[in-house]
Amino acid sequence: MNYFPEEVLEHVFDFLKSHRDRNAVSLVCKSWYRVERFSRERVFIGNCYAINPDRLIERFPRLRSLTLKGKPHFADFNLVPHDWGGFVYPWIDAMAKRGVNLEELRLKRMVVSDEGLELLSRSFVNFKSLILVSCEGFTTDGLAAIASNCRFLRELDLQENEVEDHRGQWLSCFPDSCTSLVSLNFACLKGEVNLAALERLMARSCNLRSLKLNHAVPLDTLQKILAQAPQLVDLGTGSFVSDPDSETFRRLRTAIQKCASIKSLSGFLEVAPCCLPAIYPICLNLTTLNLSYAQGIHGSELIKLIRHCGKLQRLWILDCIGDKGLGVVASTCKELQELRVFPSDLHGDGHAAVTEEGLVAISAGCPKLHSLLYFCQQMTNAALITVAKNCPNFTRFRLCIINPTIPDPVTMQPLDEGFGAIVQSCKGLRRLSLSGLLTDQVFLYIGMYAEQLEMLSVAFAGDSDKGMLCVLNGCKKLKKLEIMDSPFGNLALLTDVGKYETMRSLWMSSCEVTLGGCKTLAKKMPRLNVEIINEGDQMEATPDDDRQKVEKMYLYRSLVGARRDAPDFVWTL
Amino acid sequence: MSPPLIGVEGEGRGNVSIGAASASMGCVSQNGLELKERNYLGLSDCSSGDSSPVSSVSEDNKSNLNLKATELRLGLPGSQSPERILEHSLLSSGKFEEKPLFPLLPSKEGINASSQKTVVSGNKRGFSDTMGGFSEMKGSVYNEGKWMFHIAGSESETPQSVAQGKFPGNAGINAGLTSRPSGAQPNIVKEVPSKALQERSCATNGTSHNEIRPSNNSSSAPPAAKAQVVGWPPIRSFRKNTLATTSKNNDEVDGKPGPGTLFVKVSMDGAPYLRKIDLRMYSVYQELSSALEKMFSCFTIGQCGSHGAPGKETLSESKLRDILHGSEYVLTYEDKDGDWMLVGDVPWEMFIESCKRLKIMKSSDAIGLGMDLSFEFSLR
Repeated sequence: MNYFPEEVLEHVFDFLKSHRDRNAVSLVCKSWYRVERFSRERVFIGNCYAINPDRLIERFPRLRSLTLKGKPHFADFNLVPHDWGGFVYPWIDAMAKRGVNLEELRLKRMVVSDEGLELLSRSFVNFKSLILVSCEGFTTDGLAAIASNCRFLRELDLQENEVEDHRGQWLSCFPDSCTSLVSLNFACLKGEVNLAALERLMARSCNLRSLKLNHAVPLDTLQKILAQAPQLVDLGTGSFVSDPDSETFRRLRTAIQKCASIKSLSGFLEVAPCCLPAIYPICLNLTTLNLSYAQGIHGSELIKLIRHCGKLQRLWILDCIGDKGLGVVASTCKELQELRVFPSDLHGDGHAAVTEEGLVAISAGCPKLHSLLYFCQQMTNAALITVAKNCPNFTRFRLCIINPTIPDPVTMQPLDEGFGAIVQSCKGLRRLSLSGLLTDQVFLYIGMYAEQLEMLSVAFAGDSDKGMLCVLNGCKKLKKLEIMDSPFGNLALLTDVGKYETMRSLWMSSCEVTLGGCKTLAKKMPRLNVEIINEGDQMEATPDDDRQKVEKMYLYRSLVGARRDAPDFVWTL
Repeated sequence: MSPPLIGVEGEGRGNVSIGAASASMGCVSQNGLELKERNYLGLSDCSSGDSSPVSSVSEDNKSNLNLKATELRLGLPGSQSPERILEHSLLSSGKFEEKPLFPLLPSKEGINASSQKTVVSGNKRGFSDTMGGFSEMKGSVYNEGKWMFHIAGSESETPQSVAQGKFPGNAGINAGLTSRPSGAQPNIVKEVPSKALQERSCATNGTSHNEIRPSNNSSSAPPAAKAQVVGWPPIRSFRKNTLATTSKNNDEVDGKPGPGTLFVKVSMDGAPYLRKIDLRMYSVYQELSSALEKMFSCFTIGQCGSHGAPGKETLSESKLRDILHGSEYVLTYEDKDGDWMLVGDVPWEMFIESCKRLKIMKSSDAIGLGMDLSFEFSLR
């Protein structure tokens, strides 16, 4: 292949969009590796501690877009203490110093500081896009820096971040000359915003395609914005409360009717159900609808709304829709590909919101469904088997039964058979989350059938080490395994230590692994970082007692050894 | 409008009590009022968990929905800290402390003792605390649940029977479970505090009720397994926090005229006119119940004449009870969706959010609400 000039190779590689393809290509031979690395502009790093900024920049000098993920997934559920790590500052600092022409930064579960945002805003003249998902550590002051200094900012997308709101005027910091905004999402901000500044900003952002407001933006402002931005494709409302007889509401209706391009709708953080009919006209075109924060919309209104949405492909709702409502979804949304049903009653007192019935109805009505997140009160094996038959195309299947060890209520059996049917039928399954009463049997099935599985989440499941071993043994493509409260111990952990280098990470909490087991593993596998999270000084008293059970262990492969920013309560063995 | 027979209230041992029904029932019988002895789990009668004693009890118990048990609670059994269980047993049923009918005291002490131990151990939750507890629970409670269903007369966990499975008596349940043969007790008790430490603080009676709760939605799942642990259910904390806040905000949005009041109409079958009450004046079902009793007792007394009771001017407390038992009223409400629901199923906060109006109906009219038990609206 050496007789191809490198420019040609580079040109061909340009067509490779996926990271996997580019990674594969770089392994072919040295010259391909070289061409690839000099032409790669977008890099994805699934674990920010697997590599360091310097080596990254070294290999990919033309870096323009960086995606970083920090904390382990279970950090979302409060299992990881606050200052565990995942700081983005060193990355921004290194890139700034080495003159990287950064244009896009996407972060997930990382700690972002105002200083970092400030540095970011000043260091990269062409910076265009900042997407932060489930991050924390910054305030609206940091946002003000971004707004002020990023002259060509196109995208500022804040999703479910914990932002300290200083109620500053960050929106006013966008200079009058800034007209480049294409996407603005500040729905997760808790504080007030300067409405006048917002309106002016919207008025001059003629390229705006995506706008998601926070709860502090009233319907009146929404109406004014929409009147000026009929080209919007993606809208997240803030407060959707008004008197349906008012002039404001009338104007809103008119404005919405002109928004023929809206394909994605979300928000309704505060909502008066009587105002919902205003959006019916755009429901026909919607492909994405996210009402998972719209607590004010009750079952019957939800159903009425859904009946208008025949083209939906992605639907995120609360379980107050009920099984009946899901039946309506099944008969209306024939194009549905992704469904997420979140619990509205977080106390788990369940006035049984959704059960297996709803899921079966969906599976029967929506053959294109391939991605599911479903919180329910109960599930049966029969239902899961039916779902598996109806929808063999699942790539993501996450079932969360609120009571984590509940059996099939009809047969009193564990849910092994049901999940077994899922993995057997869905040959393309890449992500799976289990719940309910489960024995080692389900892991046997997973190991046998889940050939494409990359991520598995386990809680309160299994009887013995055998379970975990089946998975480690059988799932050749496994990248992330996270386990909580299950009886897996050292035997499972240590039987195939080489496996972990083929994976991104392993999380085990409240299992049976001991300190000794973890130490053994760390010793055998120097290229793994085995971290013990020792909260509340559980292990301080007897750090040498290898028999102690380890409450939280997180291990991951890394090319750069133990991290240097670990707090005191994290021990890297 | 003669004053209602609130004397009853002081005794606090009405049938439908918003409190540990079973415990109080035991007490009631003790006090010799005209109520059946509700030896909830048949514990004082027999040693093992035979069907027979319980069956007689469960039938009666079904008729006594424990409203308080459905109040604000964290929602998962086993999540109530032992102190709370104790507190609940002692205080809310407060009325039975003298000579409890159940072997509650001994087990309370049991709870007490082990709770001290496990509370001290802090947040650490060994797997055995969770899993062990669960499997133990699976074993014992599992059977318990099954067994209860059997009692209730339905083979499988149809919604119908599920509804019937709503047993009152938090403390009673706790007692029952903890005093079950051997293995169950230590594990259950041990489990509770470790979970409790990780939960938010607001649970009051949640635990015990939710120990029964599984029988409601999904039948006989080990109740303690529903304890709230850190990391479960797997919902992003951002979402949890946001939903908690927005539900508060929505209250204010919907509950016109003002955020401070929530007036709803109350009608009663046979009464010539309706009343209005402000739901925000109360924080628990018991208060609502008392208030309604005060408002509508006059009508009840009037009924007494139509029931053929001797037309006395004054009714004795027991007479009123007779009437109530006899006439069997049910308290229902219309929710936001327009459906008529039985009061008491959901936590108080959820109830006032969705309640549009109240109606005191004759239980004969209320059959259609999906429960064929007669829920006695207690005018305590």
